[in-house]
Amino acid sequence: MTQQVPVQVTVNGTRHDVVVEPRLLLSDFLRQDLGLTGTHVGCEHGVCGACTILLDGEAVRSCLMFAAQADGHAVTTVEGLASPGGLHPLQSAFHEAHALQCGFCTPGILMTLVPFLRDHPAPDEREIREALAGNLCRCTGYQNIVVAVRQAAADARAHSESESARA
Amino acid sequence: MKPAAFAYHRPASVDEALEILHAHGSDAKPLAGGQSLIPAMNFRLARPGVLVDLNRVTELDFVRRDDRGEIHCGAMTRQRTLEHHTDVIRGAPLLAETMPSVAHAQIRNRGTLGGSAAHADPAAEIPAVLLALDARFIVRGREGTRSVSAERFFTGLFQTALAPGELLVEVVCPPPPPRSGWAFLEVARRHGDYALAGVAAVVTLDERGRCADSRITLLGVGEGPVLAARARKALKGEPPTPAALREAAQAAAAKDVDPPGDIHASSAYRRQLVGVLTRRALAAAFERASAGAGDATKR
Repeated sequence: MTQQVPVQVTVNGTRHDVVVEPRLLLSDFLRQDLGLTGTHVGCEHGVCGACTILLDGEAVRSCLMFAAQADGHAVTTVEGLASPGGLHPLQSAFHEAHALQCGFCTPGILMTLVPFLRDHPAPDEREIREALAGNLCRCTGYQNIVVAVRQAAADARAHSESESARA
Repeated sequence: MKPAAFAYHRPASVDEALEILHAHGSDAKPLAGGQSLIPAMNFRLARPGVLVDLNRVTELDFVRRDDRGEIHCGAMTRQRTLEHHTDVIRGAPLLAETMPSVAHAQIRNRGTLGGSAAHADPAAEIPAVLLALDARFIVRGREGTRSVSAERFFTGLFQTALAPGELLVEVVCPPPPPRSGWAFLEVARRHGDYALAGVAAVVTLDERGRCADSRITLLGVGEGPVLAARARKALKGEPPTPAALREAAQAAAAKDVDPPGDIHASSAYRRQLVGVLTRRALAAAFERASAGAGDATKR
């Protein structure tokens, strides 16, 4: 009889009460059980970064966690970024700067960059490239990704300045 | 599914974890941050029958500075916490400064101090830094608690002094002595990759500005973190002149290591890196020591 572990996890704001086999990876749970296939699976040993998600707001590899370990935590996947009103500002910047070609690495890169930009509102190029070092892109090239990140950071700063000017 | 099946336990305390480890013997494996163990399980290189998940053992997640200035870190302290915690930055700055070189932020958000130490990967930064800092390892078993020096803790390739059924619960870093300085340097093909070679150095000057002692450790070039004894001997009592640093670096490269060669770098290239990195790390560490950056009394 295979062990089943009860898990309560909030994914993109929706609570799920499930039971899982202990060896089920969080990445496979998100993709196969919840159908959230935006989280991509590349190397499955923590090198490529395609499966990066947010766990309680911090970027982690979903292929290096068991679904059972997400019990009691909040997960955000790329599907949770955009609002009904439109794309997340980072997604818009990627669109505008042509920062994706095939798009396979993009969800992981976006989920890496959301907390990075929260903690580094005005990153320089070296900081951006270091932040991207844990995400492999094999076709777009990093040049336009860096451009998009700078653009998104500048937009966010301009936005918060106009907000504070209005207040 | 990628990993082989296992029985899963998530204890809430060290005592509970020790009971489970004892009950299952060598079949059981503790799971800390999982950033090395889960990849190995995904490849089925590791197939533990029983996994004891320590992520709910909150008593192992702490950082504390005692009145002697020693920094006590629980084994389940995340590497990201070490990077940003004020007590670590002030009391064990070499440890905090090395963290950005440990894999990537996504890994450090999960990876733990104790997990990396107990895994004892010869290419990992944390074992080398803890050896350079002369840290103590607090180990608990059902029979009691013991303290193990860094030199005795790392015993070989992925080997430590931990006996079956024991858990590493805490690492204690002594404060930097007065007139000491430190540095960490490594060369990796890409930021966050495993280094081809790396060096951690802690040096202390005497009143006359000569080297009173040094702990230089090397990673990626042996069966575990290597304490460079010949380089230490070469420096002892010497003023930190460029010639003295060069001689110590040459001793490290020529006598303290016999690096392996693989597809990433030849043995000769790793040896060359050891020489260059040791010299540069020593220069940076002595500069800090002279500037009094390591003088705890000045803080």
